[in-house]
Amino acid sequence: MARRNAIAMGIAARSCLFVFLAAPVFSQESHIGNLAGEVGRGKKLYQRFCIGCHGEQGDGRGENAVYVDPRPRDFTTGTFKCRSTPSGAIPLDTDLFNTIGRGLYSTAMPPWLPLTRQQRADLVAYVKSFSPRFRQEKAESPLEVPPETPASEDSIDRGRELYQTTIKCALCHGKEGRGDGPSASTLTDSKGMPIQPYDFTAAKRFKCGQSDEDLYRVLMTGLDGSPMASFSNSLKPEQAWDLIHYVRTLQPNFHSRERNAKSNQLAKTTVKDRSPSEAKEGIK
Amino acid sequence: MKTKYLHAFITATLFFSALRFVEHYSTAGASENLAAPKLAVSADTGNETRVIGKVTLSGPAPADPIINMATDPLCSKMHPKPAMTEDVVLGPENAVANVLVYVSEGLGNHTFDAPKQPAVLEQKGCQYHPHVIALMAGQKFVVQNNDPTTHNIHPLPLNNREWNQSQAQGVPPIEATFGREEIAIPVKCNIHPWMKGYIAVFKHPYFAVTGKDGAFVLKDLPPGNYTISAWHEKLGTLTQKVTVAANQVSETKFVFESHAAH
Repeated sequence: MARRNAIAMGIAARSCLFVFLAAPVFSQESHIGNLAGEVGRGKKLYQRFCIGCHGEQGDGRGENAVYVDPRPRDFTTGTFKCRSTPSGAIPLDTDLFNTIGRGLYSTAMPPWLPLTRQQRADLVAYVKSFSPRFRQEKAESPLEVPPETPASEDSIDRGRELYQTTIKCALCHGKEGRGDGPSASTLTDSKGMPIQPYDFTAAKRFKCGQSDEDLYRVLMTGLDGSPMASFSNSLKPEQAWDLIHYVRTLQPNFHSRERNAKSNQLAKTTVKDRSPSEAKEGIK
Repeated sequence: MKTKYLHAFITATLFFSALRFVEHYSTAGASENLAAPKLAVSADTGNETRVIGKVTLSGPAPADPIINMATDPLCSKMHPKPAMTEDVVLGPENAVANVLVYVSEGLGNHTFDAPKQPAVLEQKGCQYHPHVIALMAGQKFVVQNNDPTTHNIHPLPLNNREWNQSQAQGVPPIEATFGREEIAIPVKCNIHPWMKGYIAVFKHPYFAVTGKDGAFVLKDLPPGNYTISAWHEKLGTLTQKVTVAANQVSETKFVFESHAAH
């Protein structure tokens, strides 16, 4: 009996130790909503889909890396473009998850939608394991995106003033948003590779998401590893919205967007303004 | 019999989880040797020491090109006489300014507390003042914008975390710290590409940045043998061995060759 007790005690003691030692292993997981990503599964997927560009060590020096411009991300520094966290902070799991699903428009990184959500979550866990920062640093709280202000003519005018004069966007992105400002040719990424400011007039899609909220996040947290700074301490939220409303007018599909918005508005008001019987007739 | 297997299984699991644990934290590298003795940095030990010297350049002075600030009239307006790049700044008798002089060897595992007062980097006339700033790991780093335009402060470290913050006119100072020693982190403003500076982060307090007289003083080093380095962004790094004795002044000179600048 005594021997049994001793064995039981031994097991209990070691189990406690096991829980303590195993904790850091669990911290390598990723959490996206209810999904938990797992490093081991992520590694297998990484070796199948990502290793060619991002490399075995996750340092962005895979076999194909030299043929890819911009170069694949180096995961070892823990620096990522698309974040909801402040400049200099590590991204949230959901930020990495969204980037994998969205891809990075105008780069060699495609949207990985053929992979299941579980697989993408597993990849996030493995990508995080390349940088010790994810184990050392506490996650910072994400930027809050306040409600968008109306995209009025006044807001666009204020945004133009910020873009052209006050905040100096035009020095890199150009007066007309073509990415050809006077400082544009001097820009490099953090690895010293030449990098182009975004050309608002050519592309219809942005790197870190298409909604105004996504643009707000880029403007206020910056694109780490690139010359695009965080403007969170230079712009009030309403100014950031003004700037976004102006930037939208530089896009090639702006007028169609505007027309669509107007006709949608028109459709809504006509339906609402008409009496139920009239609306019925209208449907006929 | 069954319990024996259970024992073996638990022990094996433990062993592997311990391995992974060690693997985890051996890569972390952030924690310094915690058991290392702490040295008090003050003159009250009765062993007042001083390493003094001067940094000069031998040979012809490299040309200091003019900066063209035309892309932002708010910057160029502040310079009735055109601003010069600060790649190599010389004083009288070929003294070299903006040289970091610091103890690079000889302090062993001693650790030092960071000073309470912040190191302040000022943006004025669309240039960094000072051009080379030195501080300790963990010391508060403050960036002020005294210009009527917007800047972005973008340090490009290899051993610290990278960040990139804009600072419009009148925006309160930005505060940050650097966690690890790094000599030296380039800092730039992407909006105004001529704006370049360096941030040197030390884990000890024995460093100085030369002014236009090229002079430096390293105070209160514990008596012993040291290697002193002089780092310049364009001219390179020179080293000297120095012996520091109690209540003595040790003098040393650094002479950069000017062809190194081309």
